Amino acid sequence: MALSKRKRSQVIRGVQYAVLVIVVVLLALVANWGQIRRAFFNLSAAGEQFPEIISTALVNTIIYTALGFAFGLVVGLVLALMRLSSVGPYRWIATVYIEFFRGVPALLVFIAFGYGVPLAFQARFDNYTTVMLSLGLVGSAYMAETIRAGIQAVPKGQLEAARSLGMSRGRTMVTIVIPQAFRIILPPLTNELILLTKDSSLIYLLGLARDEYELAKFGREGLNTTGSLTPILLAGLCYLIITIPLSLLSRRLERRTGGRKVSSPESTGLEVSA
Amino acid sequence: MTAQTQAQDPDTGLAVEITGLTKSFGSLQVLRGIDLAVRPGEVVCIIGPSGSGKSTLLRCVNLLEEPNGGTVRVHGTELTHPDVDIDAARRQIGMVFQSFNLFAHLNVLNNLTVAQRKVLRRGQAEAEQVARANLAKVGLAEKAGAMPAQLSGGQQQRVAIARALSMDPKVMLFDEPTSALDPELVGDVLGVMRQLADEGMTMLVVTHEMQFARDVADRVLFMDGGVVVEEGPAAQVIGDPQHERTKSFLSRVLYPTHQGPSD
Ligand SMILES: Nc1ncnc2c1ncn2[C@@H]1O[C@H](COP(=O)(O)OP(=O)(O)OP(=O)(O)O)[C@@H](O)[C@H]1O
Ligand SMILES: [Mg+2]
Repeated sequence: MALSKRKRSQVIRGVQYAVLVIVVVLLALVANWGQIRRAFFNLSAAGEQFPEIISTALVNTIIYTALGFAFGLVVGLVLALMRLSSVGPYRWIATVYIEFFRGVPALLVFIAFGYGVPLAFQARFDNYTTVMLSLGLVGSAYMAETIRAGIQAVPKGQLEAARSLGMSRGRTMVTIVIPQAFRIILPPLTNELILLTKDSSLIYLLGLARDEYELAKFGREGLNTTGSLTPILLAGLCYLIITIPLSLLSRRLERRTGGRKVSSPESTGLEVSA
Repeated sequence: MTAQTQAQDPDTGLAVEITGLTKSFGSLQVLRGIDLAVRPGEVVCIIGPSGSGKSTLLRCVNLLEEPNGGTVRVHGTELTHPDVDIDAARRQIGMVFQSFNLFAHLNVLNNLTVAQRKVLRRGQAEAEQVARANLAKVGLAEKAGAMPAQLSGGQQQRVAIARALSMDPKVMLFDEPTSALDPELVGDVLGVMRQLADEGMTMLVVTHEMQFARDVADRVLFMDGGVVVEEGPAAQVIGDPQHERTKSFLSRVLYPTHQGPSD
């Protein structure tokens, strides 16, 4: 006799739980708990990391990311406007730039920056500037596409209303379109920031002094000096201190913009008249 | 009527003067030579079937669409002239859209002040004063702090009218201002427009509201296929149409129930 639909879904759920329990138990049996405790939960090794892991590494990660994000946002906005420009060469340059930096691993960009710029320009920026430029260039390529999508998502009626009030093209962009575009793209931009936070771990390639260490480099140094994986675990937790609140923020923003469709009357109206 | 307006000197008196206006989108010719002269204070309603070019005509009057041929003059300024400062010219032409188009990120008051400050360079205090006066005029003084999304469609449209009026326009264009509204909200918006007409505002109104056209319009234009098929006093064009196309359009609009289930 066939099971009722409800009964069957109960059985399927039961099987799913059983598989989960079996996998967890097997892993627990196979794992070497003594080793794991010694490697990851070494209290003395953990103690050695403080307070620098917070006061230097976490703070530096935040500073590097913020610098890169700010610079990337500005460049990204310029690129987005270039992509939407009616001047062909602007569009082409922006497209090439975006495809290049999105297609090349960030690691290579950092190496090129760390070693190439001093060679090319006979001058060495301080590390903070180099980080800001290299992280910003990588981030800007991604942000440009996000910003462009945001600008294009602003209903055309907003633009027409502004122009009909006598605002110039540029004034309309600055006063009406870009502020609305940024509201639309706040969730994806927050995700960009999370990705950039993690990408900031690559700047160890620039050769940092100890007080310039960020989390990943600091954790690896800890690994070398203590021979324990505990510093790595701590560094990972520190990343989560940054990224989880951002992730929650992003989700909340997404709910807010998704829930109350600010622009629905305009967009439906346009479809009717266009 | 046309003869009378054409007899006037182009630079004297006319609020809007359109001659030989043509507009194509690609290979689709939407306007096929429109002539129209509107005196100051006149209310002209434009009616016609969907796709006949009503919106396009209106949008050519403030150059939201670039005409392919012909001229558009508003109070003596030829907007179609290559050297004209179109942003400056648009300041004297208010436009109200079917979909309201209030700035979604600004509250009502800022919707009304932003262009006054950025375009007319009015100070905050003056802009706010003008804005509040116009909000009161459309009956929404208490909504100054609201966001557009918190307003009903009828309220949004009245704010949109107040926003356009805050620029002290000499001409107002309305493109089906009540078509996106629930029936019970239409009256408020039409009421504001009536009041505006009574105050002597020059108005070009694309509408399907035949009662409004009868009551308020000095003149009605019936458009079809990119030309003005028939024009004259409202009572004449709506009450006693001469052309077959006008008759069949009006019978569809005035007695829609005779047309079966589809619109
Ligand atoms: N931007 C555009 N690009 C291409 N075609 C267009 C554009 N705008 C309008 N059209 C076309 O021009 C014709 C006239 O459009 P218009 O919006 O002026 O008509 P309308 O009389 O206002 O109709 P409705 O009553 O449906 O608003 C239509 O066939 C429309 O598809
Ligand atoms: Mg239309």
